[in-house]
Amino acid sequence: MRDVEARRERAAAARRARRLRPAGSDDLGLRRGFAGKLLPFLVAAMAFLASLALAGAIAAAGFSRQWQQGPAAALTIQVPNPSAKATDAPQSRLDRVVALLRGSPGIAQVRALSHAEIQKLLQPWLGSGATDGLALPAVVAVRERDGGPALGVVTAELQAAAPGTLVDSHGDWTRRIATLAHSIQALAWAMLALVMGVATAVVTIATRAGLVQRRDAVLLVHGLGATDGDIARRFAARATRLAFLGGFGGTVAALPVLGILAALAAPIVGGIADPAAWMPSLPRGLWVGLVAIPVICAGIGFATAQVTVRAWLRPLP
Amino acid sequence: MNTAVVRLDGVALEVGAQRVLRDISLGIPRGGFRWLLGPSGAGKTSLLRLLHLEVRPSEGRMELLGRDIGAAPRAALPQLRRRIGMVFQDFRLLPHLSAFDNVALPLRLAGRPEGQVQADVGEMLAWVGLRARTHCHPAELSGGEQQRVAIARAVINRPDLLLADEPTGNLDDAQAQRLMLLLGELSRLGTTIVVATHNDLIVARHPAPALRLATGRLVSADA
Repeated sequence: MRDVEARRERAAAARRARRLRPAGSDDLGLRRGFAGKLLPFLVAAMAFLASLALAGAIAAAGFSRQWQQGPAAALTIQVPNPSAKATDAPQSRLDRVVALLRGSPGIAQVRALSHAEIQKLLQPWLGSGATDGLALPAVVAVRERDGGPALGVVTAELQAAAPGTLVDSHGDWTRRIATLAHSIQALAWAMLALVMGVATAVVTIATRAGLVQRRDAVLLVHGLGATDGDIARRFAARATRLAFLGGFGGTVAALPVLGILAALAAPIVGGIADPAAWMPSLPRGLWVGLVAIPVICAGIGFATAQVTVRAWLRPLP
Repeated sequence: MNTAVVRLDGVALEVGAQRVLRDISLGIPRGGFRWLLGPSGAGKTSLLRLLHLEVRPSEGRMELLGRDIGAAPRAALPQLRRRIGMVFQDFRLLPHLSAFDNVALPLRLAGRPEGQVQADVGEMLAWVGLRARTHCHPAELSGGEQQRVAIARAVINRPDLLLADEPTGNLDDAQAQRLMLLLGELSRLGTTIVVATHNDLIVARHPAPALRLATGRLVSADA
């Protein structure tokens, strides 16, 4: 027994001897002197805002994509009573409309939407399943050829062949929605940049306050031969840790808010409306961003503390 | 030829608009011991700060440990500082660290393995009679004990140059004698030593060459 204990003792002594510094050593007293509570709290607030801004940017990008590329973005033509006979040809009204559109030089692409697609288009407004039993018009999605002749000429022909056909040109308002989505996106990125700027300022102020508070200790170790790098590393280690904790806390705090927003937005974007299943409904890009936020906070803490401490030390000989 | 560890040639130091040292020229060889004497305000502490590389000379040429300090890049100074031990008049112990950790600071900054740190610091604290006070913080120590910790920290690294500002100010006679024995031993082993003091008694008991300052000028320097 005594042998085992002695061996253990020797092994522990050898481990201690190999180690350069005792675990948790804090020569400069930074644990007490460096904004232990305030910094993580402020960084958490920034991370919370950054999470929302990031979600805003990604959501706006998604909306914009959906409005520009989805069926909603195309020119749509509604043909009421689609299976009735056309007035000027022995075809159904829908087939006649499609044929006329295909023959028009200004039109690049024509596609009659399936029943399921029509339902999906109506879902944000009527809810799922609400269209069952309704006499829905057929919807034909059309893409105009850039620089082609205006649709006005075809419209008259369509009216003659299938009276009551409605040409819905979404161009103007999809463009407006796209512009709005782009503006929201730009705003969200600007907010993200601003939040990162404020986080940098917060770490700078906290580091300077720490330097002032631990001035004597910093000057002493400088006099004992510590390099700028030695001192900056100690501050940066502390700032990195505090900023990471703050970033993690702020991002976690934002998750329920993002979940609620995602659940609210789900019916509009055609996603999952069940609030219990909000987690998978957040876009993958947002998840990646949310994981990155604490890491970026830690990076800001590290880099800012390094730069601030080195700048503070530079006037010393 | 005995290489000078400290060589000053026409050195002046300005602090703000005030010139606190002027036209100082001196040389101290390796292993040399010098008393630094003079009335309060003569510039003793300023000269020690200069030799401790806390400030660079405003004028003149200063060579320390073989380096021209005026020409040395800033990045070279930390390595030089690690070879200089300093006992401050006000001790400058870090209040949040134990006596052990205060003494261990220079070794840890130099990246010594913790095993060596434990052994060296333990031995040094025993030598200055503070083995029982190893884990006490400065606030728990008397003035004399704090001064002994400061001395232990200054010599733990076996510096090439040891500077001391009134190192016996808070020591009783026996402790002061012990300190002088230690300094004598270090000097014999090759450490260059400069001790600023007002204590005429101790200077009389330990005769050695002296640098005498008055109003920022070197008025005499024994060879």
